[in-house]
Amino acid sequence: MSLVYSEEQQLLADTAAEFLMAKSPVAAQRALRDAGAAEGFDAALWREIVDMGWSAIPFPESLGGLAFGCKGLGAVFEQIGRKLSASPLLSSVVLGGAVIELAGTEAQQAEWMAALIGGGKRIALAVDEQPRHDPAGIALRAESNAGGYLLNGSKTFVADGIGADAYVVAARSAGRPGERAGISLFLVPADAPGLRMSPMRMLDSRNHAVLALDGVQIGADALLGAAGEGFDVLDAALDRGRVCLAAELLGASQALLDMTVEYLKTRVQFDVPIGSFQALQHRAAWCHAHQELARSAVMAGLAALDDPALDGAARARLASLAKWKAGDAAHRISREAVQMHGGMGVTDELDVGLFLKRIRVAQACLGDGDFHVQRYGELGTAED
Amino acid sequence: MSTIEDFRRETRAWLEANCPPSMRTPMPEGELVWGGREVAFETEDQRLWFARMRDKGWFCPDWPVAYGGGGLTPEQTAVLEAEMRRLRCRPPQINLGIWMLGPVILEFGTEEQKRQLLPPMARGEIRWCQGFSEPNAGSDLASLKTGAVDAGDHFVVNGTKIWTSYGDKSDWMYMLVRTDPDAPKQQGISLLVVDMRSPGIEAKPIDLISGKSSFCQVFFDDVKVPKGQLIGPLDGGWTLAKALLQHERRAMSKFGELSLPTRFDLLSIVGRYLPPPASSSPADVVLRQRACAMAMDEMAYSLSAQRMGEEMRAGRDVSGLMSIMKLVHSEQEKDKFEVLLDVLGHRALGWEGEAFEAQELALARAWLGSFAQTIAGGSSEVQLNVIAKRVLELPEGNAGRQGK
Repeated sequence: MSLVYSEEQQLLADTAAEFLMAKSPVAAQRALRDAGAAEGFDAALWREIVDMGWSAIPFPESLGGLAFGCKGLGAVFEQIGRKLSASPLLSSVVLGGAVIELAGTEAQQAEWMAALIGGGKRIALAVDEQPRHDPAGIALRAESNAGGYLLNGSKTFVADGIGADAYVVAARSAGRPGERAGISLFLVPADAPGLRMSPMRMLDSRNHAVLALDGVQIGADALLGAAGEGFDVLDAALDRGRVCLAAELLGASQALLDMTVEYLKTRVQFDVPIGSFQALQHRAAWCHAHQELARSAVMAGLAALDDPALDGAARARLASLAKWKAGDAAHRISREAVQMHGGMGVTDELDVGLFLKRIRVAQACLGDGDFHVQRYGELGTAED
Repeated sequence: MSTIEDFRRETRAWLEANCPPSMRTPMPEGELVWGGREVAFETEDQRLWFARMRDKGWFCPDWPVAYGGGGLTPEQTAVLEAEMRRLRCRPPQINLGIWMLGPVILEFGTEEQKRQLLPPMARGEIRWCQGFSEPNAGSDLASLKTGAVDAGDHFVVNGTKIWTSYGDKSDWMYMLVRTDPDAPKQQGISLLVVDMRSPGIEAKPIDLISGKSSFCQVFFDDVKVPKGQLIGPLDGGWTLAKALLQHERRAMSKFGELSLPTRFDLLSIVGRYLPPPASSSPADVVLRQRACAMAMDEMAYSLSAQRMGEEMRAGRDVSGLMSIMKLVHSEQEKDKFEVLLDVLGHRALGWEGEAFEAQELALARAWLGSFAQTIAGGSSEVQLNVIAKRVLELPEGNAGRQGK
């Protein structure tokens, strides 16, 4: 398991950096926000991203992918984080695509993989129901009937749920909330009768949605994988998303740290640059230390996703480690960044606030620090 | 054709044939072998492994053969290290001289010094200690006062060094001395090597809050040191000291890769002392969560050590990562023991006797010992200064501070 990017992966990262610098600078995200773009991303940019092949990176060639691995994808997400660049790459390709890849029948894969990779269609993953992430706590009911399944319940904090063509809905077909057994995954078209989507305007100005499913009837062919056994696939897909999101957080906190260190060198008070004050130097140095730790954790998480030799628990632990540590470092750095920028740090004029907001949302997304610490501990104990 | 691959094959075969199986197991700290005049082996395998590696010149594989080294190219040395890691070979010995002083002598020493000092070092016959800190020169190392006065064919050394690890068990010391008391403080310093059997030297172990320690204070009373034992230029020792400290960081990172088994595994201790989650009180749950977060930070650190090794081998600049390792490790250890003390409750507060298990007593001592870790070898504050200046390139403050 290698913790550094290969030359090819580094090359991809450099290409991504160059592309995003030109096509998706932070100013573009600010403009999207100011325009109140409902989908939270620029469709033209998404088209170009697809044309460059980023959406094909993680999938096997048999499904039309490039089989370039998750580490390569992580290299891209890190650059995405640096520019706060919004696109459905995480929601539709990493999360949605993973479920289709891991659980889809040949027919489902034939219908969806090419469309997801080609950007012609989008899927959003609907898991959360409560304010905090809890994939085992699913309560949305799936009752089997003659026509297939009847879904009743609601979903929230669905990333890129606005404008999606279909949702992967995690539902409970047996058991009680809190149990891993009894969870089933369904592909539900966005225009299914009884399904109502409403936008959630959140701090990061991205695309988030609430879904209400009121007697949504779907066919038996909408089931992804085995009935009642969806948790493992869901968790594996979530782990891909968690690590890629961790890479995005790593990029965001790196950009913010660089920006802050630059400010410390140029902002003059008491006739000297404020970066000459030891009180600030030591705090900035700690930010750097946590950023390096986070980088190691993220690289391990990415490598674990690509390593077939690891057992599931070991892979899941490293995914939780990556999401936790990247969130932890980004949290520390974003708080220091605001404080060290002084009065300017709390103005909307500076990009610092945009980073702070995106980082806080990304921290909560796919499991916050407390969630992943608990998960890491449980997986470790289960192993022993 | 591919000679490096031939070398890899030969090296692997040699290691497999010559590294005894018991030398491929994780090494408890008590089983480190220290090279020196009186090298002590606990097992026959330790002795064999030591002798075989010595005879290959592989204590210092990349030194020239003329000075007792293995004469390997950097590429071959990397292969040897990789193969040793692959087979989980223990280092045949621990030797500060080889890791820190050796490279400095190779770079700055005279031909005569190289021929005199390096071969015994390469055979693991000399145990070295480091005389840098003084009672009044800790973080501000350049304010050191131990003096070496020119007395014709030799120097006369007077003063004292402190925090000298194994000062009482070492054969030779490399030390910083003041040779020009009138020069600006970093410019009047020289590097000497001194035989610890010289008359006038006394090493006294220091008791710490954790009990007995390997640290000593070493006193120098009119100690005669031949002029030939000055390494590098007179009054030019500060440059050499900085080079030594860089080798120290590299040695520490190598040492980090040896992955000594952690003596106190957080999660297994939690499993033993805290009730299972099903019957946990809210306080137990919080404590378990704290311990788990600590274990994750530890994991992030050990992954960082692994990443640093990989990046170094890939020829990338690791200065930014290397600069955090000592700081993070020592601070994490302190935090970890605080969590463990909370997990064990009063069981972690024993000093000695039958009322406590050996591991509980060891934990109490280790907690006290952890306080030294953020002070020794460059305090955390000095480490933070170094990161701020060298890595983040933040501007110098008005006070003349360390860590430039």
